[in-house]
Amino acid sequence: MEASFGVSSAAAANAVNSPALSPPSLPFIRSEARPISWRVDKSRKAGKITTKAVAAQAENPASAASKPGHEVLLFEALREGLEEEMERDPRVCIFGEDVGHYGGSYKVSKGLADKYGDLRVLDTPIAENSFTGMAVGAAMTGLRPVVEGMNMGFLLLAFNQISDNCGMLHYTSGGQFTIPTVIRGPGGVGRQLGAEHSQRLESYFQSIPGIQMVACSTPYNAKGLMKAAIRSENPVVLFEHVLLYNLKERIPDEEYVVSLEEAEMVRPGEHVTILTYSRMRYHVMQAAKTLVNKGYDPEVIDIRSLKPFDLYTIGNSIKKTHKVLIVEECMRTGGIGASLTAAINENFNDYLDAPIVCLSSQDVPTPYAGTLEEWTVVQPGQIVTAVEQLCR
Amino acid sequence: MALTRRSLHLHLIRPIFSARLLTTASTSPISIETSLPFTAHNIDPPSRSVQTSPHELLSFFRDMVLMRRMEIASDSLYKAKLIRGFCHLYDGQEAVAIGMEAAITRKDCIITAYRDHCLYLGRGGTLVEAFAELMGRNGGCSKGKGGSMHFYKKDAGFYGGHGIVGAQIPLGCGLAFAQKYSKDDSVSFMMYGDGAANQGQLFEALNMAALWDLPAILVCENNHYGMGTAEWRAAKSPAYFKRGDYVPGLKVDGMDALAVKQACKFAKEHALKNGPIILEMDTYRYHGHSMSDPGSTYRTRDEISGIRQERDPVERVRKLILAHDLATEKEMKDTEKEVRKEVDEAIAKAKEMPSPDPSELFTNVYVKGLGVEAFGADRKELRAVLP
Repeated sequence: MEASFGVSSAAAANAVNSPALSPPSLPFIRSEARPISWRVDKSRKAGKITTKAVAAQAENPASAASKPGHEVLLFEALREGLEEEMERDPRVCIFGEDVGHYGGSYKVSKGLADKYGDLRVLDTPIAENSFTGMAVGAAMTGLRPVVEGMNMGFLLLAFNQISDNCGMLHYTSGGQFTIPTVIRGPGGVGRQLGAEHSQRLESYFQSIPGIQMVACSTPYNAKGLMKAAIRSENPVVLFEHVLLYNLKERIPDEEYVVSLEEAEMVRPGEHVTILTYSRMRYHVMQAAKTLVNKGYDPEVIDIRSLKPFDLYTIGNSIKKTHKVLIVEECMRTGGIGASLTAAINENFNDYLDAPIVCLSSQDVPTPYAGTLEEWTVVQPGQIVTAVEQLCR
Repeated sequence: MALTRRSLHLHLIRPIFSARLLTTASTSPISIETSLPFTAHNIDPPSRSVQTSPHELLSFFRDMVLMRRMEIASDSLYKAKLIRGFCHLYDGQEAVAIGMEAAITRKDCIITAYRDHCLYLGRGGTLVEAFAELMGRNGGCSKGKGGSMHFYKKDAGFYGGHGIVGAQIPLGCGLAFAQKYSKDDSVSFMMYGDGAANQGQLFEALNMAALWDLPAILVCENNHYGMGTAEWRAAKSPAYFKRGDYVPGLKVDGMDALAVKQACKFAKEHALKNGPIILEMDTYRYHGHSMSDPGSTYRTRDEISGIRQERDPVERVRKLILAHDLATEKEMKDTEKEVRKEVDEAIAKAKEMPSPDPSELFTNVYVKGLGVEAFGADRKELRAVLP
């Protein structure tokens, strides 16, 4: 996970090839070289190893020279987005534990307290319920607070404030109040952090009416989603992942904002639609390399918007491939995958050639032991097997 | 009809007894002693003698009678099944709402829990909007989508109207934070009951308000019963004004509108300079916790009628008016009749309003039309968000 994948989304207007994907640095994959009659990619010959499973970007040295961009790690991209929005709008403020003087436990708000002062980058005591409520109250008067949960799991303590006040006040007041808050923080299964610090709250929050949920996965979309979430008049929950903070990517120097409701096409393909988000995107891409060598052509979509789903992009993909595999980090019961399965079945049943396969984490508290933890989340090998079975 | 302070000019259009009374009433100051002294914690209490005027006393009387009448009318409407769900009535506690309004401006914010009908009126809400919201009609203050527990009035600084006990306190803390952030010399009053005083989020909010010197005033409306549980059965220390420890507190006779006014004025000055303060209003509710609670299983009828005879806020003001010769018995009775008529007319008008349109089910879930414009770094494609 520490390797910088440098995955650039095809939706980016100016994606630049990352140098990290040069062949010598990748593991050597030996394909089985079985000719498969319905293989679409004519450029591949039996036995040839393809090391780039990501759709190749047009090598354009001219554009690379004129708009070089700059390399950032994901947490730096988040910080850039936050800083740009705070500069632009004096109403944007940050609430959270250790966000000020300490600079944020994942350094997302480093340096901001020195620049904007202690009131705007507020170090709160450990009182999630209350400071989330405080953020909602401040938002009712017009401020635009960004609430950081040091770990998303801690925000379970603030569930009442997020669901009743954040989500519902716009409705119960008949439209009088808008709550333009952003609630963000790292979640997901990390490296042996233990059960309570490996929570995936997207499954708990998904039925709250009135909020939007997005999950970032690359430095490019992290910055864009942060900016969009702050600018949005609706309350937005931005899910980050503990293990993705050190991803490196080259992002443009110019300002950009990414759409909150759109999914991202990571790798176009023909055989199967793989829907994923956050860290599982990288497991899927790793599996995609193996799959491509085996002759499959998966279409990988990072759904990004967890509430509402971008059924437009997803639907178009299903109409093309007719098979769906969902790979998520939520638990099997009641997760994002479960809702997505239901939504796709309702809307695109006619286009499906096979039942939707959903790979999720096991319904267990995340164990501490490394080997056990590895088996609670979906691994690339399982994704490969699932695609092979689906495309049989 | 909104309360007298704002709608005086409307009264002049229709000459009525009480209007004539109020227009001719002088604003020359009278000094009146509060019924009981203030008990203070970590602070010097304000003086017992309150500055008021005949005009203010008469408007107190009219407004409290209006609130009382509205709550009693809501009782009948609930029994006639026009109001459904939960209905928490405020009669007996009117002095808190009235006294607070007299001490502050519309720039100051008030946030409370579910016993919010009279506070809404105090902030300038109209009777018609209140009844329409209670009956779930289109013309209600929250378009009929909130109900009894969700009255809001943004332009007058009334932030509701919340159903979950105690959850409004951190919100109020946020209001005070925003006031400090924008430095506009106003304060926030966050009201809660003796039941909510045992919520953890109250103490979390108190800690934060004291830490950052927020202009927050926490008002505990202690009516001595948290639904069916008496205060001594729920709290180890029912001295709620002392619970703030390092935060100063004041215990006030909540049935005396003038004492409430004095305390709120004092609290506002304190909060603007020194940060949070707790006010405990010793008050009482005649009705049960809500309309589904008879209110007599956990307290005796003697207790209720005793308080009504000795401490009723409306009677206290009536006696003050008579003692200072500001109006006659007959004039006050006429005021009451007129208020009753006003309330009946408002109910009739609200009854005629239609239910919200079915399409309203889906409006105001998200904020429409204010989508975020998404654009790439080269700005070639500008994508607007589809609602």
